[in-house]
Amino acid sequence: MLKRLLFVCMFCLLGSGAFAQAAAAEEVIVSGSTTVLPVMQVAGEAFMAANPDVTLSISGGGSGNGIKALNEGLCAVAMSSRDIKESELAEGKANGINATRFAIAVDALLPIVNPENPIRDLSAQQLRDIYSGKISNWKELGGKDENIVVISRDTSSGTYETWAELIMKGEKIQARALLQTSNGAVSQIVSTNSKAIGYIGLGYLNDSIVALTMEGKVGNAETALNKSWPLSRELYVFTNGEPKDGVKKLIDYLLDPRKGQKAVLESGYVPISK
Amino acid sequence: MQMQQANGLINKAKGRPPRTAGSLREAIIRRLLGAAAACSLLFLALIVIFLCLEGLPAFQHLPISEFFLGMDWYPTSEPAEFGIFPLIAGSAVVTLLASALAIPLGVMTAVWLTEIAPSSLRRICKPFIELLAAIPSVVIGLFGMVVIAPILQNYFGADTGLNLLNAGLMLAFMSVPTICSVSEDSLYAVPPALREASLALGATRWQTTWRVVLPAAFSGIGTACMLGMSRSIGETMVVLMVAGGAGIIPISIFDPVRPMPAAIAAEIAEAPFQGEHYYVLFAIGIVLFAFTMLFNIIAQHITENNKRVAD
Repeated sequence: MLKRLLFVCMFCLLGSGAFAQAAAAEEVIVSGSTTVLPVMQVAGEAFMAANPDVTLSISGGGSGNGIKALNEGLCAVAMSSRDIKESELAEGKANGINATRFAIAVDALLPIVNPENPIRDLSAQQLRDIYSGKISNWKELGGKDENIVVISRDTSSGTYETWAELIMKGEKIQARALLQTSNGAVSQIVSTNSKAIGYIGLGYLNDSIVALTMEGKVGNAETALNKSWPLSRELYVFTNGEPKDGVKKLIDYLLDPRKGQKAVLESGYVPISK
Repeated sequence: MQMQQANGLINKAKGRPPRTAGSLREAIIRRLLGAAAACSLLFLALIVIFLCLEGLPAFQHLPISEFFLGMDWYPTSEPAEFGIFPLIAGSAVVTLLASALAIPLGVMTAVWLTEIAPSSLRRICKPFIELLAAIPSVVIGLFGMVVIAPILQNYFGADTGLNLLNAGLMLAFMSVPTICSVSEDSLYAVPPALREASLALGATRWQTTWRVVLPAAFSGIGTACMLGMSRSIGETMVVLMVAGGAGIIPISIFDPVRPMPAAIAAEIAEAPFQGEHYYVLFAIGIVLFAFTMLFNIIAQHITENNKRVAD
């Protein structure tokens, strides 16, 4: 709520500033995935400072809503944490909109445990069973005879959404899971509780916790980029046809290793171009 | 002459003093104060209207029984499930636990301050207890997370230190100053003549406190407890940080819970504006508001009832 309020204030300020400078400031509407939103927020601020002739209006709402808005001509840039569906592509074509894809970042998650926990490797199936509640004791996985304390992110967060999609595959996360509001909180809890398991964005790994491997595969920026890490997915923005004017400036900015890609790193994701 | 005086008195009694040079100023001041009082009422009305406007649309698609009695809180899954029973249960048990700890502690402290402590000690202690109320809730939350949680895990065998007990302790910690301070005021207001009469009849100090002073201050203490409870049920930051956040009905005091304010605070930022999840969160706000209002009405009732008895 506060975030939203801040945004409104920010845009009012920026808007009024832009009006004072040039009445013809171009407004680019960006909408879609809450997973991509933090990147766009960080990059957008710097982008508008560097390009006073373009004003961004950024909102969340989810990948599906973003693509829908693009297809209906309600936004110029749609953020999405998944690829566009055939049906969506066709729907856009019917409206004369030709959705064009740009990958801007890779989102990779790491399952984490406390350093005192002897477990170092789990399969996707085992992770799913732990989170759904089918496995509730570390003993069943070859660890100590202790209950598993499952830590998850709040159901509204993009990180939760990624985890639900890549690991849970439609199964529900058990109600006993401790829902936390940030990557930092998850990492703090796991670092102080030897029975806990959690998951965080790749960018939030620190020395007080241990990242699990998945069937021998190690999760890091490299394996995330070459897609061998199973807990990774690309994050996209879609535009109508080849971008031009303000939209082109924004896309170029996002893909610039020294500009937008820095915002990607700051938001805890893996930059796609270096 | 007498007639005039009497008229003046009647006018005063009606709140309309005779018009003299200073009366215009008086009238302006009276209007200003009235406007200030109306403002707070207006704000309350606006908040209630806003809550209802944003919360009631939730029931367009969601049956009320499913909302209150549903056991599953999965607001973003497909299809979404909005059962807030575990959240209500979480709020209720956390508040009850906090009150069970804070009410005896707060009232006993108040008794010690008024009946036993020498006045020099009282003058030193009271400000410190009131200072406790000034600690920001986020600091208390941090304390629970970093200090209490590991203790519960390491020495009490809890699976996670972020649980019902931790939240109850921290909330008790927060409501003790309120309960103590308000009870102390009402104990202090008990006329000394009552104590003296009791002691003169040969009652011991303990008998005097227990049988005479406490009953005499009952309404104030009742109000204090209700205020403390409404503080506990509405507190957000502490429960968000230390209650664990699991939407289950707790069976042991070491189970994590997800009280209503924590759910609202954690989810509102990412809930799509005026989507179903958004409306449901506001509906939870209405429920929460109803609970705090209930506590306040009970507090009012206790005070009124006892006034009548005293009269």
